[in-house]
Amino acid sequence: MSSRFVVFLIPIVVIAIFWAMANRESKLAHDPTHKGYFERNGMVLGIVFISLVAFWTLFLVVLPYLYMVVESFHPKLVPAKRGGPEDVLTIAQYKSFFIEPSSGDWNTTHFWAFGYTIVISIIITALNFIICYPLAYYMAQAGTLQKVRLLMLALIVPYWVNEILRAFSLRLLLASKGLINQALMGLGITDGPIDFLGNNTGLFVGLSYAYLLIMVFPLYNAIESLDKNQIEAARDLGAPWWKIHRDVVIPYAKPGIASGCTMVFMLSAGSLAAPQFLGGPRTLWFTSVVYDFFFQSFNWPRGAAYAFILLVACILFVMLMLRVFKVSLGETIR
Amino acid sequence: MTSKLVMKSMIGFYIFLFFLYLFGPLLVMSVTAFNTPSYPQAVPFEAFTLDWFGKLYNHKAMMEGLRNSFIIGFGVVALSVPVGLAASIIMNQIYHRARSTFYLVTVSPVLTPGVIIGISTVIFWKDVLGATDFTKEYFYKGIILSIFGQSSFVAAYCLLIIMARLQRFDRAQEEAALDLGASYPQVFWHILLPFLKPALISAAVVAFLSSFENYNTTTFAILADKTLVTVLAGEVRQGTTPALSALAVIIIGISLAGAIAYELMKRREEAQAERAKERAKIAERADVGVPVAVGA
Repeated sequence: MSSRFVVFLIPIVVIAIFWAMANRESKLAHDPTHKGYFERNGMVLGIVFISLVAFWTLFLVVLPYLYMVVESFHPKLVPAKRGGPEDVLTIAQYKSFFIEPSSGDWNTTHFWAFGYTIVISIIITALNFIICYPLAYYMAQAGTLQKVRLLMLALIVPYWVNEILRAFSLRLLLASKGLINQALMGLGITDGPIDFLGNNTGLFVGLSYAYLLIMVFPLYNAIESLDKNQIEAARDLGAPWWKIHRDVVIPYAKPGIASGCTMVFMLSAGSLAAPQFLGGPRTLWFTSVVYDFFFQSFNWPRGAAYAFILLVACILFVMLMLRVFKVSLGETIR
Repeated sequence: MTSKLVMKSMIGFYIFLFFLYLFGPLLVMSVTAFNTPSYPQAVPFEAFTLDWFGKLYNHKAMMEGLRNSFIIGFGVVALSVPVGLAASIIMNQIYHRARSTFYLVTVSPVLTPGVIIGISTVIFWKDVLGATDFTKEYFYKGIILSIFGQSSFVAAYCLLIIMARLQRFDRAQEEAALDLGASYPQVFWHILLPFLKPALISAAVVAFLSSFENYNTTTFAILADKTLVTVLAGEVRQGTTPALSALAVIIIGISLAGAIAYELMKRREEAQAERAKERAKIAERADVGVPVAVGA
């Protein structure tokens, strides 16, 4: 059990270091007009603010994350043996991602699922960018105010229908008895129904469909603040439309593009509903693998290890995006 | 001129396709809710029925899930909005070298996949609340864990919304109040809070809605209990029934009504602002001594 309690010390140490630094600096730079935290907020409010924020950042964010990481370095044990002599630190859960412990062979299934999830998420991100960019541009630069307001409203309404029901609606459309197959057969284009769900078309459409808005809004916000005169100037100087986008609009909208792409990637890599309800029976999405560790084999440490692997992959992707687009994290999340 | 026309019709066609993609599936699903066959189908439309809505009302698990969803939603609002407010105030006052770390910690839940938030919440609180029999008995509950798990990222949404408005706060107002003898807590209650009210309201709405429709985090954190969304997920996994379409119709109806009400409210506000501006202009002209035609 003791290794688990180390996590409680980490935030305390970090806070103590910052506290000490702050104290030292305020002593060095002696500023009589400077007011302390409790002077500025009052004792009662000051304490309330700090406790709320401390509860959130420590007990809802930092500690659960750290605790999950620590759990992933433990073996799977029955509750009675937890904290006993068998409860040692181990990297067995991470090893199992590469080598399946029951057979000793390479764990190609999970490895494949991981790669598949990442690659498909990247493709979905690119696809959504292509689908949403023209609309965002039109709304931000070309449309009249009235029209834009209407479009905005039309975009938001379907978003409040929850993920599960949206996946359900796509399933109705794409099922072998669904409307699209009915239409294809009715028009004589195909003889039998196409298994859209089995061949993963459903999964791709579902992921793209679920996160359209997440892409539109950051793009719209970024392009909207671009001065129309810049586009006019480029046009007057004879730039063709694609050059205007490549050299004027897209460089300007970089923070929005980075933000939209990061969010869509994260959401689709971490998506659970679309692969569960629209994926084929043989499709292994990485989050579904994690889900099964929790609900079917009850192997929490291994599930935690897999979840951590996913988290690291996502963080690396975010860092890559920030590097490629040369924007800061603060610009991305607004 | 013709090339412009071609361009325009192409844009129109593209927008049409985009919204067909967005609304098509929902429309087809809505039609199936009113059709009699027990497999949800839109074509052929056999006969009009409202039975599927009745089935929905008699669905016990769904009603229980709905109740839990409301409890969790209100719990998340009650926790996240004050936390977001406190964090936005502390963000401005925190020791400057710690600010970027603090920012990173507070926004990281927005970027973390919901599945991971759910898992870490369960693993952590199972041990913490399981430490004593009392807490295990009364607090290790799906509803409480869901509130905790969802609040971790919903509070970050609230922080971002409130912070955006706080940045526009004019410090001169605070100084004026202080010069007139107000205490700091009085400034908070009588000046800052009323100024932030619109942001607090939208934060509360966003918090409730994101909680209500959350699946990824809740499916882990809810343990043995259920919410509307997890019941739905179970139903969809088992098969398809038009009762689900009926539920979707209700949700679409409510959000449409909400969107229209919001739009009307905004229009009225704008009209009022416009009128106020006109009046101000007239008053100004009267001040300077320019003759004004009354009632113009």
